[in-house]
Amino acid sequence: MGRTARMRGYSVWSLLREGVGGHRGWRPAWRDAAPKAAYDAVIIGGGGHGLATAYYLAKEHGMTNVAVLEKGWLGGGNAARNTTIVRSNYLNDESAAIYDHAMRLWRGLGRELNFNIMMSHRGVLNLAHDDGEMRQLKRRVEANRLNGVDAEWLDAHEVKEFCPPIHIGRDVRYPVLGATLQRSGGVNRHDAVVWGYARAACALGVDIVQHCEVTGIDVRGGVVQGVRTTRGDIKTSKVASVVAGHTSVIADMVGLRLPIESHPLQALVSEPVKPIMPCVVMSNAVHAYCSQSDKGELVIGAGIDPHISYTQRGGFHIIEDEIAALLELFPIFSRMKLMRHWAGTVDVCPDASPIISKTPVKGFYVNGGWGTGGWKATPGSGHVFADLVANDEPNAIAEPYALTRFATGKLVAEHGAAAVAH
Amino acid sequence: MSVQAYRLEDGGRIDRTAPLTFRFDGRAYAGYRGDTLASALLANGVRTLARSFKYHRPRGVLTAGSEEPVALVQVGGDPATTVPNVRATELELYDGLEAFPQNCWPSLGRDVGVVNDALARFLPAGFYYKTFMGPPLNWMRFEGAIRAAAGMGRSPTAPDPDRYEHVNRHCEVLVIGGGAAGLVAAREAARTGARVILAEETGALGGGLLAGAPDAVTIDGRPAWAWLAEIEAELRAMPEVTLLTRTTGTGWYDRNWVTLAEAVLDHLPPAARDPRLPRQRLWRVRAKAVVLATGAIERPLLFHANDRPGVMLAGAVRAYLHRWGVAPGRRAVVATNNTDAWRTAFDLAAAGVEIAAIVDSRARPDERLLARAQALGLPVRAGSAVVAAKGRSEVRGAVIARADGGGREDVACDLLVVSGGWAPNLALYAQSKGAIAWDDDLQAFRPQPNGAAARFAGRAAGAFDLAASLRAAAVAGAEAAGIAPEHVPEVADDGVAYALAPAPKPQGGRVFVDLQNDVTTKDIRLAAAEGYRSIEHAKRYTTLGMGTDQGKTSGLNGVATLADTLDKTIPEVGVTTFRPPYKPVSFGAVAGRQVGELFHPRRTTAMHEAHVEAGAVFELVGDWLRPRVYPQAGESFDDALQRECRAARSSCAVLDASTLGKIDVKGPDAREFLNRVYTNAWMKLAPGRCRYGLMCNEDGMVFDDGVTACLADDHFHMTTTTGGAAGVLAWLEEYLQTEWPELKVYLTSVTEQWAVASICGPESPKLAAELFDDIDADPQAFPFMSHTSGHIADVPVRVFRISFTGEVSYEINVPARYGLWLWRLIEARGAKYGLTPYGTEGMHLLRAEKGFIIAGQDTDGTVTPLDLGMRWAVKNSADFIGRRSLFRSDTARPDRRQLVGLATADPATVLTEGAQVIAEPAERSGRTPMIGHVTSSYFSPNLGRSIALALIAGGHGKTGATVHVARRGAAPVPAEITATDFLAGFGERP
Repeated sequence: MGRTARMRGYSVWSLLREGVGGHRGWRPAWRDAAPKAAYDAVIIGGGGHGLATAYYLAKEHGMTNVAVLEKGWLGGGNAARNTTIVRSNYLNDESAAIYDHAMRLWRGLGRELNFNIMMSHRGVLNLAHDDGEMRQLKRRVEANRLNGVDAEWLDAHEVKEFCPPIHIGRDVRYPVLGATLQRSGGVNRHDAVVWGYARAACALGVDIVQHCEVTGIDVRGGVVQGVRTTRGDIKTSKVASVVAGHTSVIADMVGLRLPIESHPLQALVSEPVKPIMPCVVMSNAVHAYCSQSDKGELVIGAGIDPHISYTQRGGFHIIEDEIAALLELFPIFSRMKLMRHWAGTVDVCPDASPIISKTPVKGFYVNGGWGTGGWKATPGSGHVFADLVANDEPNAIAEPYALTRFATGKLVAEHGAAAVAH
Repeated sequence: MSVQAYRLEDGGRIDRTAPLTFRFDGRAYAGYRGDTLASALLANGVRTLARSFKYHRPRGVLTAGSEEPVALVQVGGDPATTVPNVRATELELYDGLEAFPQNCWPSLGRDVGVVNDALARFLPAGFYYKTFMGPPLNWMRFEGAIRAAAGMGRSPTAPDPDRYEHVNRHCEVLVIGGGAAGLVAAREAARTGARVILAEETGALGGGLLAGAPDAVTIDGRPAWAWLAEIEAELRAMPEVTLLTRTTGTGWYDRNWVTLAEAVLDHLPPAARDPRLPRQRLWRVRAKAVVLATGAIERPLLFHANDRPGVMLAGAVRAYLHRWGVAPGRRAVVATNNTDAWRTAFDLAAAGVEIAAIVDSRARPDERLLARAQALGLPVRAGSAVVAAKGRSEVRGAVIARADGGGREDVACDLLVVSGGWAPNLALYAQSKGAIAWDDDLQAFRPQPNGAAARFAGRAAGAFDLAASLRAAAVAGAEAAGIAPEHVPEVADDGVAYALAPAPKPQGGRVFVDLQNDVTTKDIRLAAAEGYRSIEHAKRYTTLGMGTDQGKTSGLNGVATLADTLDKTIPEVGVTTFRPPYKPVSFGAVAGRQVGELFHPRRTTAMHEAHVEAGAVFELVGDWLRPRVYPQAGESFDDALQRECRAARSSCAVLDASTLGKIDVKGPDAREFLNRVYTNAWMKLAPGRCRYGLMCNEDGMVFDDGVTACLADDHFHMTTTTGGAAGVLAWLEEYLQTEWPELKVYLTSVTEQWAVASICGPESPKLAAELFDDIDADPQAFPFMSHTSGHIADVPVRVFRISFTGEVSYEINVPARYGLWLWRLIEARGAKYGLTPYGTEGMHLLRAEKGFIIAGQDTDGTVTPLDLGMRWAVKNSADFIGRRSLFRSDTARPDRRQLVGLATADPATVLTEGAQVIAEPAERSGRTPMIGHVTSSYFSPNLGRSIALALIAGGHGKTGATVHVARRGAAPVPAEITATDFLAGFGERP
């Protein structure tokens, strides 16, 4: 079994001790490393998935001579921009396997990392508004049940009981007819996950290098030799790309074309208020999802902007639609106020499932194409990707996500059937 | 009711003839029309308005505008109309207003949350990341308490009764900010006749001039306030100028698309709100040029206990004096690093407030200021700074010390006026990706103009002396309209040029940077020590600038503190990303009218009225409301369904099929186009004939189907599923426009142009013959899969001989305005044939008996035509969308999930749609492997047993095999795999 990180422990006792001592004893959570000339593996992308990959490489596979290269500040990409929803109630066996793997890791992650990631298993509702959705969601609940994923069906009144602020009147355009509930689903604190993984990975010896953009990848004879960066060249035989939003850009550096389209995905928060939303609510028909942060903001998301773009900016009409959709479900929130809205870039695959794969270039591995579903997979994604990078072979969970599926047609189609707000 | 002890004898733009009463924190107070809640409370000597987010420290009023971080209140006690987190500094007073303090319990005065303040040393930035993690789920135990302590105001708990609107406008020049600079810019631009919109955030035009004496300066020879009235009148007289007050520029998006949030009614007492008007409007303005005249925001000073009520910004204090006639203290210390705050000291003195000291961190303040202070007898401490505020809950004094730390003195005061200098308010510009650059002289970021689109007027341009400010405004306004400035106002003021030194550094203690989120300098230093050195990390770790004010007054001090900690310069540290909106906007205003019935309007067919009369039960299909069944008196849903389906096969039945998507496909390449988008062949379909087609996506998966009729060689009538209609049209257009621009094809949605009644059943030919004027209804003469045009009672009709039930059918299309007439005619003429209307549920059942698929129900984006057993609908002759994918190795595997029929062992058992199919007779204790799922399931009246369709792995090769359908809490149901056509051998085939 893996190694244990040696960190200066965080606990209520250390907090008390430091409180008395004026907090002079705290050390940096992670070392802001300068890049070395060579590593056993280089991970491109210092977001949640990249740092998780580094952590599990070190912990599970003993690979500690590893660098995570981040072009900006750690966790400044989609890790900082998502709505932090965690769930694993996916339809397909392959999806259930990886998201439930992630869910198992989420459960003890704060303690494992010795960093409170505020994992709140407050429950996720997926609403059904018409018979077609009822059919699809009931199918999913049954598939979840047989796959050992926690899921149950609630009728409209049970939905209201579980989530009192929701409107279940029948005389609206999208009446709530019922919902699936995954009680283990919930939300967490995205920054804490990034920092917790960074701190734990660093304690195991991983170099975390910020403000270091990869500008090229050296390949000779179809084999990776190293990366070129804004902070110098680095030799390595394994390059792992984990760059949500720019996966195709990195792949292009080795001449690889991926079946990925990149879209803006927007989200927003309201002003903070006292607790009003007890759980996560998602609706595909009206196209909105909502939860409340521990700080009190309503955190709201919707679908992608339809156009293709790397700008991290979306159209305001999408925000308008998103809020209108929210008000259809929660008319009581009309006088709440939009405090901040933003966008990230998501890489979307044709089957709405990710790529976790070796490539025709030996030593170049890709983890990307998570679409709008990446956050909830973070620990699972990092865990199986570390396995792939270390062993040069995918494990059973990662295997269905090979790049070759687009050539053979063995897709893991989640957009058609999932009836979830991807 | 208390007296307004801090109200000045005269002055202010309040209406002293209009006294108002209002309530705050359970007590009644008096104020005047023209007050804000903040000014009225200050006039009444109320200084503590709120409790802070984390430590529950008492907080007062820091500013006089929308940048206010702490004076937040809950307005109104009605559960439907209450509003949380309203800035008292912006809230215009009206008679009967009731406001409540937030985040305190049991009361504002005695708040138990203040225990957090006593424990502050154990609750530094990010303390929650270091504890509460315990065994799994332990955080859940603490979370409830932490959540309850956090948050600010309370959400309404009943639906909002008010209405909101969007307004769309184009203009040549949009001026944001209605101070002197904005007005001058608007006037210059408007000279050209250009359409000009000016948006002012507050209820009055004038901006900074209103925070000075009416005659503090003269512009073009007129005292300031008189000049304001004149230029306002001048602008109002210009027909192309739109002046908006209570309207804030909130977002600046791509290509000068700007959102303005207008508060239309909030300033009025509820009884006086015109019910015809919306509560708020969101203006969506596309401007050729934007002039930013958003003024500047004053920076607080950093010292111990700088969060105490009674610490106020110098510019705000001046505004309370002159705009609202309030002196917010009796004895003031004025602490500054710049010239401007001296004016506040002079004005306070003139209003009768004792000045305990003017403390300027600059060793050598300007001679003119010193002379004036001396003349007024005001004590000055140059080269000194305030290092601490005194007082347990409100300011009672200040500790002053020299820069070298010496000369400490305690000075009693109840008002501590601070100014760390002014920074141009560039939030909107930065949002729009405009560049800003640090200016060392200004000790602030300045705009870096990015070409023609953005212009800067007044203090937003970094011009802090009025003459320069208005010159910049005239230039900005004129250039925005494409001309040279004509009228640059002449200004006479006190002649003291704005100058400042870097803000003095704090000398320790508890120094608050972000007053809303309780972020102290120690928190920022801790963040840096723990490696959160990027300003974005420090912000997130400490929550700096993450409150409702989004750091308007704290941002610069936060950056400066981090820069100082890291021994870097402010520009090296940089700023965090500015995001819209500039200040919070009601969700209602963002949604506009797109709520309730107008959210996604429901569509009804031309025959809807007849369905309602017939007592139909409706269901939503896509955007449409469709009859599902027509139960008769005393009849159950299921009984009605069975009756309708029996009629369809034994006599005659009619369906309203109007909602099917209909696309008119026309052009010389129409045929070629169809051949590319459908999986089957279309090159030889003759005019007068129809054909069923499947559409696949690029993955080779079925996504829609329907019958398309050839009207002429270059003209086709395509039908789609009801729910898929819009998506299919968009998909076809995308291909035409981006992939095949060479094809000459024109697509028009005609779904709503045609109303469709589909009659079917053995008696339908007789009914059809009776209806048609000039069409031979004989199924031999008018064969299956053909269509023709003719008349019914002289009304032109198009009739398609196509069938979704397997029975002889006639789909009669009429122009939509004849739809209801046609339906009633069919009902009248059909009575003698036993005509029965049937709904979508019957249609679903009838087609399932025949084994016809519903795209979207029996398919889910993972099903190929081959999986459906429809190889006959896949051509070999030419390429089509999805063809290459269809023949990939894994897409062609025989063990894919394939559509089959299922017959339960017990014919009375109806399977649940969506149920999973397993291979074994019992579920396993752990994971149970699934081999498919039930897509459609009914009890068939015509077969007298249950029938189902299912997608099952390798199903096409397993006919006759037994599978098991899982159920929660019960044993799986055994069922036999059958063919999909349960009526095999009967009726018409496609």
